Amino acid sequence: MPGPDKETDLTERVEAFLSDLKRGGSGAGPLRGSAETARETTALLRKITAQARWSSAGDLMEIIRKEGRRMTAAQPSETTVGNMIRRVLKIIREEYARSRGSSEEADQQESLHKLLTSGGLSEENFRQHFAPLKANVIEAINELLTELEGTTDNISMQALEHIHSNEVIMTIGRSRTVEAFLRDAARKRKFHVIVAECAPFCQGHEMATNLSKAGIETTVIADAAIFAVMSRVNKVIIGTQTVLANGGLRAVNGTHTLALAAKHHSTPLIVCAPMFKLSPQFPNEEDTFHKFVSPHEVLPFTEGEILSKVNVHCPVFDYVPPELITLFISNIGGHAPSYIYRLMSELYHPEDHEL
Amino acid sequence: MLLQQQRKRSRIVKMADSGVTDGNEKKGDIERAKNEGKELTKEEKQRLRKEKKQQKKSKEKKDDKAIQESGKETKGDSSAVSAPQPSTQSTAQKAVPAPVSVPAPEAPTPAEKPPKSKAELKAERRARQEAERASKQSKKGDPGPQGAVSKSKAATNELQPVKRLPEHIQVDNPDVLKKLAKKLERQQTPGQNSAKKIPLRLDYGYKVSLFSHLHQYSRKAPLTQQLSIPSTVIHPAIVRLGLQYSQGIVAGSNARSIALLHAFKQVIRDYTTPPNEELSRDLVNRLKPYISFLNQCRPLSASMGNAIKYVKKEISNIPSQCKEEEAKRKLLFCIEWYIKEKIILAAKAIAESSIEKISDGDVILIYGCSSLVNHILCEALEKNRKFRVIVVDSRPRLEGREALRRLVQRGISCTYVLISAVSYILPEVSKVFLGAHALLANGYVMSRVGTSQIALVAKAFNVPVLVCCETYKFCERVQTDSFVSNELDDPDDLIVTRNGQTHLEHWQQEPPLGLLNLVYDVTPPDFVDLVITELGMIPCTSVPVVLRVKNVDQ
Repeated sequence: MPGPDKETDLTERVEAFLSDLKRGGSGAGPLRGSAETARETTALLRKITAQARWSSAGDLMEIIRKEGRRMTAAQPSETTVGNMIRRVLKIIREEYARSRGSSEEADQQESLHKLLTSGGLSEENFRQHFAPLKANVIEAINELLTELEGTTDNISMQALEHIHSNEVIMTIGRSRTVEAFLRDAARKRKFHVIVAECAPFCQGHEMATNLSKAGIETTVIADAAIFAVMSRVNKVIIGTQTVLANGGLRAVNGTHTLALAAKHHSTPLIVCAPMFKLSPQFPNEEDTFHKFVSPHEVLPFTEGEILSKVNVHCPVFDYVPPELITLFISNIGGHAPSYIYRLMSELYHPEDHEL
Repeated sequence: MLLQQQRKRSRIVKMADSGVTDGNEKKGDIERAKNEGKELTKEEKQRLRKEKKQQKKSKEKKDDKAIQESGKETKGDSSAVSAPQPSTQSTAQKAVPAPVSVPAPEAPTPAEKPPKSKAELKAERRARQEAERASKQSKKGDPGPQGAVSKSKAATNELQPVKRLPEHIQVDNPDVLKKLAKKLERQQTPGQNSAKKIPLRLDYGYKVSLFSHLHQYSRKAPLTQQLSIPSTVIHPAIVRLGLQYSQGIVAGSNARSIALLHAFKQVIRDYTTPPNEELSRDLVNRLKPYISFLNQCRPLSASMGNAIKYVKKEISNIPSQCKEEEAKRKLLFCIEWYIKEKIILAAKAIAESSIEKISDGDVILIYGCSSLVNHILCEALEKNRKFRVIVVDSRPRLEGREALRRLVQRGISCTYVLISAVSYILPEVSKVFLGAHALLANGYVMSRVGTSQIALVAKAFNVPVLVCCETYKFCERVQTDSFVSNELDDPDDLIVTRNGQTHLEHWQQEPPLGLLNLVYDVTPPDFVDLVITELGMIPCTSVPVVLRVKNVDQ
């Protein structure tokens, strides 16, 4: 029978994805970029929409929320998963509203006026059944997938607007977005890039070799030399893991130091982040913000005698407050950090902030 | 009278022409030349003025070029020659060789017979002009090169003229490199053939364009491989020391200075004055090639420079009638006094003041391995202060592991992180203790690369930053950024293998890729809250005051 087969196939896919997430976070499995994770999540959600059994929008949203909670629990630091789920939920709400015929705008914001006049929570419970809803939702998710595929190119297209010739640009660690950004600019302009290696993972080395293969003059420096070299840098361009709701960043460790040094020298700090990295999290959530990996990276087991008497920390992420950031470049253009909250309200519905 | 003077002058010319000779005799001649120059200005000014008008247009243009070339070539020569005077004024040194060396190309056949050709007479007149000009300059700028001993006492009260740029920050200038090569060739004990010279260390790898004015050496090619065995030019203790410096076995400014002074003690013990020489002048001459050699192995630190200045001063202050054994004993005592007072006792004094700043329950952050800071923490532990330490470390040197081992051995509870995690750990920290390599005269702190970064982040989190530094590390240089004067370490140190992959292994084959391994950086004074020295706790901006007080004392 096709029904149960499809369902088992679906659950298999979901389980495979979950175990992949769990493994990928520890650094042992194949490291994959956020874009790939976002695409896979969206593809999986599309499959769930297509193959799961649901009769109304509310059911679908319940299913997706349930799966979403499991996925975010598997790897809390991988926020793109949660972001994609919230995007899809918003798509469902929009499609439902369109099918019902009411305008989307009116339902969006919970304004004070609405609270007073409607007298309590909105009565919307998404129980009505609409036949073309499934097709519409799947089409909208396809659009989202196309958008995801073009994010890196959209960002790189803006490169020439921000880089002039003979500049010295600094970056840290490895970001595929920034790499594509700089390579695109290097086709027409000549500039110099300084890469901070970002110990202990030293991903900056791979970034530097990739950039030098593209013909860009690159220098690798140790993390300790960031402030020493900053006085000669014209711009700092970095990628990030997540963009937080207040405009701050959750980026690879060492980025906060880089941002402070840039601020001290009044060097602009530009963050290249596609829209799927925008997350409705706030940085005060202490227990989920930081992620630690094995201290073996910092103090290897060869230092045996002192290992037992010493505390060793190896945090992966750093918080960068929005005051230190000059500009966000995303696939829909450039924004100031103070505008991020508005973009978030366009992408996600307030009720979906908590999955 | 005039002929006699001319004869004397032509003898000087001959000696200058012949190159390296007995240092002592030449020095006497130089002094005579200077005195003659003074007399000339008084007596023959009018005659010179007439001659100037006659010779002006045609000859001077041609000769100026020749004069400049000779001045450049023999500058290296005469700087070795005029070394016996313990002068730090380079303009004085320039003034000295000028009157001596100028006539050298002009009078290739110095005639001692009375009948001279017109050209030679003209040459001698020109020599007199140069002497007059030079002595006028030297009178204007600073007390003249005569009175070498009195000058060292008087000079400190006058404004110091701008020093000549050190060679190690002019690597991008090919003339300077040629001069250095020639200087190394000539710096040898008199009578040796040129095969036994100090080798010149070659730069390694692609240098980042911002740092093309600095040397970059590879640790795998130590200088000692190019030395012949046995090396009669350089004392074996110095060779060993140079190797220890270049391989990083002796590292840290205190350790390097103490090792240097111990090596000098060994040199002095093994030294015998050659006949017809004075210990005070010859020993300083002997030390010169050693210092060049050590400089080639690893650029000298500020503390080493101050120690060398002190040793040279002590040597030249030995009275000439002192017997050799007594002089050597005196020198050894002076060096031991220096080590004891400036390094060991200073560390004790600094530890006592710092312990007042450590309270119970403190969380102290340190960076890298500073012998002074480690000493302070161990002393504080003995005085029963309760605190814990966070050790911050950085690639590629990873010196913090050494500090970690030492502190854990003493029983201090420690945490260890890399410098990229410093903004994560700083909210827990109550104080930051940093060591310094040198304190510059404009208040900047020169220290291991990464120190300024830690001070920056600590300032952002409002954590007090205390720098501990002995006064012998204060230096008169000024610097505002970490580029103009720094040290580039072996770039291969940055290469690392992770997960079986070494991305940067073939960095030399990819032309636009460069690796930068800086050793030092400068911290601006607004990041530093307090400097603890053995003279007390001072703000960063009081460094020139301390320097002035020190100079007056000496």
